[in-house]
Amino acid sequence: MNCTEFLANLTDYFDAKTATALRTELEQHMAGCSHCHVTVDTTRQTIEVYRNNELFELPESIRTQLHQAVLDKCAKLKHKKTPRS
Amino acid sequence: MATMLTPEEKEANALHPDLLLVEKVKAGDLSAFEQLMRQYDRQIFRIALHITQNREDAEDIVQDTFFKAFQKVNQFQGNSKFYTWLVRIAVNESLMRLRKRRSQKTVSMDDEIQTEEGSIPRDFADWMPNPEQNYNQAELAEILRKTIKGLPPGFRTVFALRDIDGLSTEETAQALGLSVPAVKSRLLRARLQLRERLSRYFRVPTGEHAP
Repeated sequence: MNCTEFLANLTDYFDAKTATALRTELEQHMAGCSHCHVTVDTTRQTIEVYRNNELFELPESIRTQLHQAVLDKCAKLKHKKTPRS
Repeated sequence: MATMLTPEEKEANALHPDLLLVEKVKAGDLSAFEQLMRQYDRQIFRIALHITQNREDAEDIVQDTFFKAFQKVNQFQGNSKFYTWLVRIAVNESLMRLRKRRSQKTVSMDDEIQTEEGSIPRDFADWMPNPEQNYNQAELAEILRKTIKGLPPGFRTVFALRDIDGLSTEETAQALGLSVPAVKSRLLRARLQLRERLSRYFRVPTGEHAP
């Protein structure tokens, strides 16, 4: 296996979706290739650092305003749809 | 005599709790809808902000997404998870906003993805151990925001859904209207480009070796 073939299988490798035989082949390549080893290690850290840090908080006060605005519109729509008796 | 079900059978038989709420919403129950909103508004906001990179737009998108979901709830047939259906609405709303911001220039999930930049790893330096600890929380958040902002919208959306939000590859494909191989290919390129860019901040300084 060369580095291009290794990279082509990287997404499945991370998602643990590779068959055992292919996984062994990928791990053997990585053991002998420092570039691919670093690429896997630092890509894994990239995913983790984004997963562990919330970048975009929605403040509670804005949440409440947004909910109210949506619910008001929904209530109007519901009122329109319900025929008066 | 009671039949013993395997865990897989139990899972297959169990209804997703959202479906019960959705049925109530279809019957006009606004408190059930509010519950769904509370459950998913933060994620929808995050996805919208990842795509548009504009906080005001993202807040509007949260409103528009949930209102549209309420309007069209009868069209939801339960073939996908309710959340995946919601994400699809949010992605379309976000792309529409991007189009407006870019003065009507067409924006789609295919934009700017032809570039090969960053698809092949070039930086093979080790990173420092726990590199994020070299920055305070605000600095780190700024680095991460700036870095992901540099990716084309189609890449950062796939990364946000798959790696940050935790959707499966299949769910991401469904939410974005892409094929599974297209999601996999964009995800690989997004991950590699982010890695390459973050390496500038996290790599072991030249002349030193990672312990």
